[in-house]
Amino acid sequence: MTSSLLLSVTTFIYGLAAVFYIAGWVFRRPVAARLGTWSVWVAVAGNFAGFVLRWVESYQMGFGHAPLSNLYESLVFFAWTIGVSHLVIQYRYRNGVIGAFTLPLAFLAMAYASLSPHVSDRIQPLIPALKSNWLIAHVITCFIGYAAFAVGFGLSIMYLLDKIAASTDGRGGERRIGDVVVLQFFLVGLGLILFKFILGWSFGAGLGAAVLLAAVVDLGAWSLGRQRRVRDELFSRFPEPSLMDLLTHQTVMFGFVFLSAGIITGSIWANSAWGRYWGWDPKETWSLITWFVYATLLHARLMRGWQGRRIAYLSILGFVAVLFTYFGVNLLPGLHSYGAMGEQLH
Amino acid sequence: MVGGVSLAILDQLTKFFASVRLTVVVLLSLAVTSIIGTVIPQNEAPADYVRAFGPRGYRLLDALDLVDMYHAWWFQLLLLLLVINIVVCSVERLRTAWPIIFTREPRYRLDRFQKSAIQAEFKSDANPDAVRQTAQAVLARGFKRLLVRPVEGGVEAVYAERWRLSRLGVYIVHLSVVLLVAGGMIGGLLGFEGYVNIPEGEATDRVILRDGSAERQLPFAIRCNDFSLSVYPNGAPKEYRSSISLLRDGQVIREKEIIVNDPLRHEGINIFQSSYGKLPPPMPAEGAGPPERLTVHVMSSQSGRTYHQEGAIGDQLDLPEELGTLRLDAYRPDSEFMGQPLGPAVEATLTHPGQAPIKLTLPLRFPAFDKMRRGAVAIAVASAIQMPERYYTGLQVTRDPGVGVVYVAFAVMIIGCLVAFFMSHQQVCVAIRPRRSGTAVVIYGVTNRNKMAMQRRVELLARRMTAAGGRPTRA
Ligand code: HEM
Repeated sequence: MTSSLLLSVTTFIYGLAAVFYIAGWVFRRPVAARLGTWSVWVAVAGNFAGFVLRWVESYQMGFGHAPLSNLYESLVFFAWTIGVSHLVIQYRYRNGVIGAFTLPLAFLAMAYASLSPHVSDRIQPLIPALKSNWLIAHVITCFIGYAAFAVGFGLSIMYLLDKIAASTDGRGGERRIGDVVVLQFFLVGLGLILFKFILGWSFGAGLGAAVLLAAVVDLGAWSLGRQRRVRDELFSRFPEPSLMDLLTHQTVMFGFVFLSAGIITGSIWANSAWGRYWGWDPKETWSLITWFVYATLLHARLMRGWQGRRIAYLSILGFVAVLFTYFGVNLLPGLHSYGAMGEQLH
Repeated sequence: MVGGVSLAILDQLTKFFASVRLTVVVLLSLAVTSIIGTVIPQNEAPADYVRAFGPRGYRLLDALDLVDMYHAWWFQLLLLLLVINIVVCSVERLRTAWPIIFTREPRYRLDRFQKSAIQAEFKSDANPDAVRQTAQAVLARGFKRLLVRPVEGGVEAVYAERWRLSRLGVYIVHLSVVLLVAGGMIGGLLGFEGYVNIPEGEATDRVILRDGSAERQLPFAIRCNDFSLSVYPNGAPKEYRSSISLLRDGQVIREKEIIVNDPLRHEGINIFQSSYGKLPPPMPAEGAGPPERLTVHVMSSQSGRTYHQEGAIGDQLDLPEELGTLRLDAYRPDSEFMGQPLGPAVEATLTHPGQAPIKLTLPLRFPAFDKMRRGAVAIAVASAIQMPERYYTGLQVTRDPGVGVVYVAFAVMIIGCLVAFFMSHQQVCVAIRPRRSGTAVVIYGVTNRNKMAMQRRVELLARRMTAAGGRPTRA
């Protein structure tokens, strides 16, 4: 079995796990939750095996290197770090519902890697600039950071959902239009990633389908959420809002350390390859923008009134910056001399 | 009076610069403005901007410094504001935190602990003395500054704490940000970034600076002894390697083979492999003698294929595809065509089967010349003595005295973050209350951050004490 095949299978197990978690949450079936946990374990193991196998295969092809050198390989590693982070949180805080919001991200990352026509899964030899141990440290630290931010993002989405439900029940403050708007952006963005980038549709068709998908989800959520009983059932198993807020903060702190380490190792690598540790190229700049957003979040917590909701907004904004650093930069105009390589790298 | 007013202003200013609100505003402003430079390409040639944005657009971008925005005064001002903010804020807070952090007498007061929500309690059959000894033994692992103090009502309290210095973590992170900016400034003011292309076998001691076309003299010359390029079977580049010698007064002072990711560093100057190129093949010199052997390229117009043959002056060649013969008649060092000088050329006679011979002039410097005849074949000749291919190596040459400071800042930042995020100043108090039979124990915890970890720590301590309580305790 080749690593590509193994990883394709893993993609579907991540998808299955996401479905089980969502079913476990929505229908309150412990069986589904248990199946979900098992499938995450299988997916994480398969993901890891695929990673190792790919490493071995590269040696068999005569130019062995750690499989962290192009978009495909980084996506595979990203999915794995999300899966592992989820397991850590689930066992540490004894709450699996979070998986319904984080595992879809792992699935999307793997699906993008395996299915997108724009992402090649060929094992390629390293071009000279990539032959550096700093690069390996760079990719690993960055993606652990991104995974932590992904989990924080999932928690923030949960927090906002919970806020909307709570305000409907009159148990937690007034309804804010902002929460609904942010969730709409999230839904449309998710759809756009699915249709445009993974399935390779045109932008117009992708956006149309994404809006349609968001509308369907909204309608479903609205009709379900109108019933008090359903609402109670859906949200009773969420962690306490204060815990979600706390966990968001902790995942962001964790991510911040690793993002900082990622930017630092990247700078050191750039300095050894090109003689400058910082060159303001779009990729570098976007990682710094992401860093600024999360630094803002850490400090905003010190201001009165900046708990909970606004922290959730900032955490979502930060993750959008992460995604842009990761994928969006390749869409920007102007080719830096290493721009083409940047596409291969991160 | 005047002094009072200026003091008040100073006070206001300090408050302004110490505020976290300013931090949030500045950090978000930096994030938002940084986007501009990723959407508008930076430091391109003016002509490129004019093409993309029109002359008026370019003038506007230039006026706002948006073509080099990360070095624009307003962006630098934002960075400066951040640094002032960090320094003022940290100094202000350190002033109040200092006495707490560096006190000899920690603030151990039972009522302060009793207000804490972080607690764990248990009952023990042992007598208060034994429990106290157990508590001391358990706390001695990991905690410091143990203190046993009687409180009223026969209650005894055992206090301890750990990781007091972790309160300095944030200031360490903030210090690293200041160091980072300082290191960047040192590099910007005292360093340079240049590049130079050196053909194999040649040397230079001048490089072209990245910003503008100014040159810079190096304290030594760089000679490229050799450049080599290797590729993978699929054609992707595998390695670029330059053999470099540094020369001073004609003497070699340093030699090294550099590859990407393994530069040569000497006297604070760094030389990086950055690009390469092929030099155009040298042309036969004016007035040189006839080349001994000639390569003849024959392109058939009918099949579109090109054939290579070799010969010398005086030879007669059979052309492929039964196209006839070509006789190489003579060599002329400076031929001309319709009054235009063509340089060295070969005169030849082309005879297609069953046709009259045609006289051709085939200039060595203009291989496409015979194509203009639009005949059944197009012929080009070149000297067959192959000059070896010559490369030049493209080197990036930099000097940055700020790198050391920046690297120290990197290390300090990571250490500071780890301390600030994952350590906290933890204080515990074990209150031991005698009961009619046995002892009631409450463990209180107080911390400056991460209350959940503290709660777990307190519960862990309780478990350890109950586990140790059954056995005779060591003092
Ligand atoms: C890029 C710049 C900055 C970075 C990377 C940074 C980093 C940090 C970090 C990592 C923390 C710890 C956060 C936490 O405890 O959750 C922190 C806390 C803090 N920062 Fe900053 N900071 C920056 C700028 C500033 C500025 C300009 C101020 C000025 C007001 C400031 C004021 C504070 C304060 C008051 C705290 C909380 C200290 C405490 O908990 O006692 N920071 N900073």
